[in-house]
Amino acid sequence: MEQHVLVVFPHPDDETFGCGGTIAQFAKSGVPVTYICATMGQMGRNMGKPFFATRESLPNVREAELAEACQAIGIQQVINLGLRDKTVEFEDPELLTDRIEQILREIRPSLVLTHYPGYAVHPDHNALGEVTIRAISRLSVQDRPVVYAHAFSHDSLDVLGPPDIVNDITALSDLKLAAIRAHKSQSQGILARIAKGQFAEQSFESSFSHLLESESFWTYNFS
Amino acid sequence: MNTINKSSVQSALDSFLNREVYLHLETTNGAYAVHTQQSNMSVGAYIRNGRISFGRGVITGDGPYRVGLKLELGWVYAEGLTDFEITPEGQLLLAGHDQEGRLAVALELSLSPFKL
Ligand SMILES: [Zn+2]
Repeated sequence: MEQHVLVVFPHPDDETFGCGGTIAQFAKSGVPVTYICATMGQMGRNMGKPFFATRESLPNVREAELAEACQAIGIQQVINLGLRDKTVEFEDPELLTDRIEQILREIRPSLVLTHYPGYAVHPDHNALGEVTIRAISRLSVQDRPVVYAHAFSHDSLDVLGPPDIVNDITALSDLKLAAIRAHKSQSQGILARIAKGQFAEQSFESSFSHLLESESFWTYNFS
Repeated sequence: MNTINKSSVQSALDSFLNREVYLHLETTNGAYAVHTQQSNMSVGAYIRNGRISFGRGVITGDGPYRVGLKLELGWVYAEGLTDFEITPEGQLLLAGHDQEGRLAVALELSLSPFKL
């Protein structure tokens, strides 16, 4: 049984699409969940469908969406690092590592969910995953939380092998879907296309239903 | 935002003439363009709070529109603009959205710095 789960991702909605069901599972069983969200996704391209956000209103819109999504899946606390979307990899990694280390020492999580550095497609994902792993590796071995690393680059299976954690979330799919819907500006386009059956390539629809059925992670190996 | 009204945008551009203004300029096809196989390159660029001054600023085209701002030593240019908004703070927001409502290009002007 986990004592405290810490989630570390750069964009509002990463927590939902990547591991909303898993988070909901922990929260439901009474485990506190804290989310370090590094940016407000200020540079997101999706503005809703039909679009309702602007480049300037987007961060406020996404902050409110995140609050609603967190309520749906049971995240109690969000720590916003105040970074800017698309710039994480250009920040001083030492300073970022220090900030995350400080939070780790305060919260003392037993489990951390973050992106698998190098296998998470978006440069912000890879950069934040990397500093998070660095911060955790500064802790003594007995203080280190377990890390569930989320990977979804096309080469992740080939290089990392099959994920060792495959979490059935079908019982929590309603909560995850509610959180996906809460991220309106980011999900309306996708949900509209699915509703219209516009995905000729079956793969997308099935990957969406997969999204509501199971979530996979690689336990990060520190040695 | 509303569909661009050329004369409203032109008068907004005129109101910034020969002043110190803050510029937000960007274009992107999305960080996931390669991953989702929509393109073989993910391409994007942005400038946030570039400080410029322009003596000539014009919107042209029949939609999508183009905007060119003539600086003392150069140019600012954007094409594919479809929508505009003038915020209560007097910022001029111009953006080009694709059929999915996704932002592909933006050009914005403000007399005070844009939020970081
Ligand atoms: Zn993300």
